[in-house]
Amino acid sequence: MPTSPEAILERSDSLRREIGGDFRDRMVGALYESAQQVASRSVRETGKRKWDFDQRVDRLVTSRSLGLPIMLLLLALVFWITILGANVPSQMLANALFTVEAAAAGWFDSLGVPLWITGLLWHGMFRGLAWVVSVMLPPMAIFFPVFTILEDLGYLPRVAFNLDWLFRRAGAHGKQALTMAMGFGCNAAGVTSTRIIDSPRERLLAILTNNFVPCNGRFPTLIMLAVIFVAASFPPAVASVAAAGAVVCVVVLGIGFTLAVSWALSRSVLSGEASAFTLELPPYRRPSVLRILYTSLIDRTVFVLGRAMLTAAPAGAVIWILANVTYGERSLASLAIGWLDPLGAAIGLDGVILLAYVIAIPANEIVVPTMLMCYLGGSMMIDVATYDEIRVVLIDQHGWTLLTAVNLMLFSLLHNPCATTILTIWKETRSPRWTTLGALMPLAFAFATCFATAQAVRLLP
Amino acid sequence: MSANVCNGCPAHDQLARMGIDVESYDHVVALAGNPNTGKSSVFNALTGLRQHVGNWTGKTVTRAEGAFGYKSRRYKLVDLPGTYSLLSASQDEEIARNFLLFGQPDCTVIVTDATALERNLNLVLQVLEITDKAVVCVNLMDEAERKGLEIDVRSLSRDLGVPAVPTVARSKQGMAELVSTVAAVIGGEIRTSPLRIETPAGVSEAISGLVPLIEDLVPGLANARWVALRLLDGDHKVREALLSGELADLAGSQHASAPQRSSRITAIAGAQ
Repeated sequence: MPTSPEAILERSDSLRREIGGDFRDRMVGALYESAQQVASRSVRETGKRKWDFDQRVDRLVTSRSLGLPIMLLLLALVFWITILGANVPSQMLANALFTVEAAAAGWFDSLGVPLWITGLLWHGMFRGLAWVVSVMLPPMAIFFPVFTILEDLGYLPRVAFNLDWLFRRAGAHGKQALTMAMGFGCNAAGVTSTRIIDSPRERLLAILTNNFVPCNGRFPTLIMLAVIFVAASFPPAVASVAAAGAVVCVVVLGIGFTLAVSWALSRSVLSGEASAFTLELPPYRRPSVLRILYTSLIDRTVFVLGRAMLTAAPAGAVIWILANVTYGERSLASLAIGWLDPLGAAIGLDGVILLAYVIAIPANEIVVPTMLMCYLGGSMMIDVATYDEIRVVLIDQHGWTLLTAVNLMLFSLLHNPCATTILTIWKETRSPRWTTLGALMPLAFAFATCFATAQAVRLLP
Repeated sequence: MSANVCNGCPAHDQLARMGIDVESYDHVVALAGNPNTGKSSVFNALTGLRQHVGNWTGKTVTRAEGAFGYKSRRYKLVDLPGTYSLLSASQDEEIARNFLLFGQPDCTVIVTDATALERNLNLVLQVLEITDKAVVCVNLMDEAERKGLEIDVRSLSRDLGVPAVPTVARSKQGMAELVSTVAAVIGGEIRTSPLRIETPAGVSEAISGLVPLIEDLVPGLANARWVALRLLDGDHKVREALLSGELADLAGSQHASAPQRSSRITAIAGAQ
């Protein structure tokens, strides 16, 4: 008769007692000893030049006093390069694409195609696409490779190291700094990357707060506002630096919200202590240029842009329909805008911006294009391609103030995650409760914060 | 430069990168290793896939699968999460351990960081306790060289009792040799006799007391010694596997070498 499993367990239990309590320690000791023996025979040190260099760099970028400033400086540098490099290609793309729109629409007219088909196809869908491509593609094509270089170098774990104490104080896991960094690329990817956090409580904190760092879809909005409103009040020589500084301020505010909300959650619905973990600081590696270009341009840029275009074309059609279908005397768009205006005014924005955010729920990337299309809905002929022209439209024609710009930046930073991110939160948590909280909590923060700033500014003399 | 070296190698023409086409295959190869040793780079170099590679620990949060062909045989490659050990039960370690144990790869490639070999060997030795069919991939040889480290791969191979192949996966150096070595281990042309950890006094007797019992219950189990060690350590998962009959099932399939079976278990492990 074969031995029963129970008999084996009984035997092993009694043997374990015989061996004594330190079995695990002794086995691990034996393991380390074997590893050390083998390694000592096969590894020979001939010098230690590179090692010292790595450590010296690490002592600098993870130092108590300089670690955080260096991090912010690098972040500012990334945005500065993006802002500086994206401006001209953006305008060229916009000019080219709007020329195509005008030519194609003219050609359709000469063929006698009904006006509504031309309008829907070219002034609606195509214009939506043109805006998304010209506003998004250049900043993304610059931001993603630069960010990937930092990742490839091995800088992200150093960021986690620098921020660990902050997250621990907030009751969150130190690796949340890593998932937060991934959120800069895409919040949905950031939510997925929280799988590296073992504790379910801390993982939920990371998931729920990931939206507070602006993803790549929201950077173009922030960058545009920074260029139009912040940079314009500085001399041209330092304008791009000032714009980059403004974006960094918004990002730091987002990190502040991440920490504050994590802190509040870990002292209420998700109470508990931060767990300890080990984080390896990998050696600095020379980034391989071809792979970075491939990963950042094909995997990330094309993927994100493709998604944006998929949502931009229908959104363009929706805007065109709203602007051109009338109910009574007014178009549907102006009815919706009129209806949303009081709410918008209360939080320092306006009805058009709120309508744009409703239409842009599928993807944050299309907020600015949607907004501009709503503003320009009535005046199709205006060719708006440069930031200067956008400024004329927003400030002179639609009464934007500095408050509108600041609040739009805040709203863009804090508002609800895009549909993809909400879906990812659902996939990762499988909980209607956390998904709802993940979607609505940021929205509530956005309204509350914007309401507070609007009221505060209006109280000022 | 490296590409030219590869072109001249006879194995170069025979390696076919087959991406995610993992429908049918002859052999399963697992990719284990410490975090941040370049497992994903090895995975990409072999399969031609472009799994995201990042220089930070814990990047591979899900198990990736890909395929490659070599000398008219098809191989499925499974990229396991990087772990420092197989002892404690974090989710990563459990996925990796379950796959090595129940997924029954025909060969396991253990990717190591040449610049921190000693620490990496801790995991290598633990994997070698579970499986005989293994190849050690000594990756990041370029970094080791920059740090002034010389790795004697032959001595390493001799000590460990399994082949060791030096590679620089990012620039695809050594990939052809790695693949031909894996094929030779699976085909039996290279015989392996892995180094077993020297057990502390008293433990060897306990193991030799348990192993016959385990082999009696589960005839033909390839890793009875490892199971005995885990039981002595009071490993709950292994106790459960023993009680539920999961281990007994394992022994049955260790001989049958049925790809369908292992892929079913793979699916289960993946769903966890």
